[in-house]
Amino acid sequence: MNGASAERAWRGRPRPSAGAGRPVRTSRTAALPWLLLAAAVGAWCLSSDMPAEILSYREDIIFLGRQHIELVCWAGSLAILTGLPVGAILSRPAFRRTSEFILQIFNLGTTIPTLAILALSMTILGIGIVPSIFGLWAATLLPIVRNTFTGLRSVPAPLKEAARGMGMTASQVFWRVELPNALFIIFGGIRTALAICVGTAPLAFLIGAGGLGELIFTGIALYDLPMMLAGAISTALLAVLTDFLVGRLQYYLVPRGINPLR
Amino acid sequence: MIRLEHLTKVFGAPGSGVTAVNDVNFEVPAGEICVLLGPSGCGKTTTMKMINRLIEPTGGKVYIDGRDTDMIDPIQLRRSIGYVIQQIGLFPNKTVAENICVVPDLLGWDRKKSRARAAELLEMVAMEPASFMERYPKELSGGQQQRVGVIRALAADPPVMLMDEPFGALDPINREVIQDEFLRMQETLRKTIIFVSHDLDEAVKMADKIAIFRAGRLEQFSTPDRLLANPATPFIETFLGSDRTLKRLRLLRVAEAMLAEVDVVRREDPVEKAGELMRAKGYPAVLMLEPDGRPGGVVSGDVISGGQASARSGTCGDHAEPIRAAVPVEADLHSTVALMFTHDMPIMPCVDEDGQFQGAVTYRSIIKSLSIPETPA
Repeated sequence: MNGASAERAWRGRPRPSAGAGRPVRTSRTAALPWLLLAAAVGAWCLSSDMPAEILSYREDIIFLGRQHIELVCWAGSLAILTGLPVGAILSRPAFRRTSEFILQIFNLGTTIPTLAILALSMTILGIGIVPSIFGLWAATLLPIVRNTFTGLRSVPAPLKEAARGMGMTASQVFWRVELPNALFIIFGGIRTALAICVGTAPLAFLIGAGGLGELIFTGIALYDLPMMLAGAISTALLAVLTDFLVGRLQYYLVPRGINPLR
Repeated sequence: MIRLEHLTKVFGAPGSGVTAVNDVNFEVPAGEICVLLGPSGCGKTTTMKMINRLIEPTGGKVYIDGRDTDMIDPIQLRRSIGYVIQQIGLFPNKTVAENICVVPDLLGWDRKKSRARAAELLEMVAMEPASFMERYPKELSGGQQQRVGVIRALAADPPVMLMDEPFGALDPINREVIQDEFLRMQETLRKTIIFVSHDLDEAVKMADKIAIFRAGRLEQFSTPDRLLANPATPFIETFLGSDRTLKRLRLLRVAEAMLAEVDVVRREDPVEKAGELMRAKGYPAVLMLEPDGRPGGVVSGDVISGGQASARSGTCGDHAEPIRAAVPVEADLHSTVALMFTHDMPIMPCVDEDGQFQGAVTYRSIIKSLSIPETPA
């Protein structure tokens, strides 16, 4: 596809009618830059042997990609397993005064550069997978804790009062009313967190945990553009795919009554 | 039956705390609606919440059907009491059916039984179960949500219900409709209901008993009619407003003000007979009956005293004006008075469901029926 055909494809679409009164214009015009970009990428692909060179790293991509996914799975699931309970506990009335202060401590996890966390964890835990997982976990934790906390806190008080007044125990109120109604926001946190996790995981290579970072950093060091792109593009695709999959989960797992997506 | 004895609630440290409810005593007989009424911050909601122990009393006792509620596990207690709040509080993550079945599910009912119950309750409020059971609250109108909120409280058929301004969030028209609907349901359900409201008209309409609160104290506890007739304190008198007598009219039936022994004329009677009746009995006008027993016309006082020569002769039929309105004996006096004003009728015929003449009300007979009951509450 080249620029001209993209332009034709655009022309071929029904034009937004000026007098229709519905603001369709933005979505239609937004498609134009994307089509041009796709055309440019397509043209570049055809005109160079870069794709072939990138694909020559196929075996590395698969091997390192698997390591990468492994790192993300460990760090991500540990972050979910710890973030959800911590967020839930902080949202309890007993922590009303202290919760914001504690959340600030979690904020440090994102304020300190992940690279610094990795370096720090390396000094304590040595090199390899374990310190990397720890570093990624620390970087991933905050959105999950924050959203769990906010989601549970924003469940309207009348819902909880109605639940209590009808004779639910405290744990029934939590599991049947608070958690389901916070689920959409919690999923939003997990989605952000996992996308961050996938994007940060290449740094783990620096402390010896492998992953797609190996291609990226080696590519940079050797000024090997195809090698670097092999790592970078796969990481990007992995992040998009993760976000898409969690988005699907969010779509199907959050009850229809409180799911703005359906 | 619900009985409150010396119920007291102090928020904060004893001694320095705020007394929200101060030594409240009253008793609501089974099957009656008791409205807790008062300005905001008067302790009415706190009192209600102490009944299902959402708020633990500082002192005093609550008995439900003679059982001390302190002896019942609060969770079990709440499951046995229907609860409706102003914000409705339907769970947005649950369908209508799941919302209605919350308490049955907590009580471990069989699923089939609880869903059948939900359908039955939806039918009771004229919501088609097939189309509403699986909807989510956000897919209902405000009035429909409120109805579901009420039937959810009825799901496990609790003998006692607590309702905290349940219709407060509705627009006036919807509120009237749902109030009427609820009163019709209550006629067969006969629940014992504690109903919190700050709206006097709502209280007068719904209540068998009204408990007026002020600053944590129970100021007066009586039937709406007695309350309006005999406000116990100047505060209540101000709270009820200067038109409290007009509000009382809603509570009285035509039958209570009707003159059953009223004298009437026939079409063929000489008009002089009507004049004599007015003079002798003090009627403002005389009703004329048709041979089939329906009120057919009215001979007004103006005709007799007008001094027209023709007025002295002829039959009543010649001088009668047609009847513009008649009221059923079970109507309330408020609408009756409105009709009398609208049609300028100093005497209003009362009829039974077949249109047969039963008696008449006059302004004077209505005022007499409003006379203060002899045993003030």
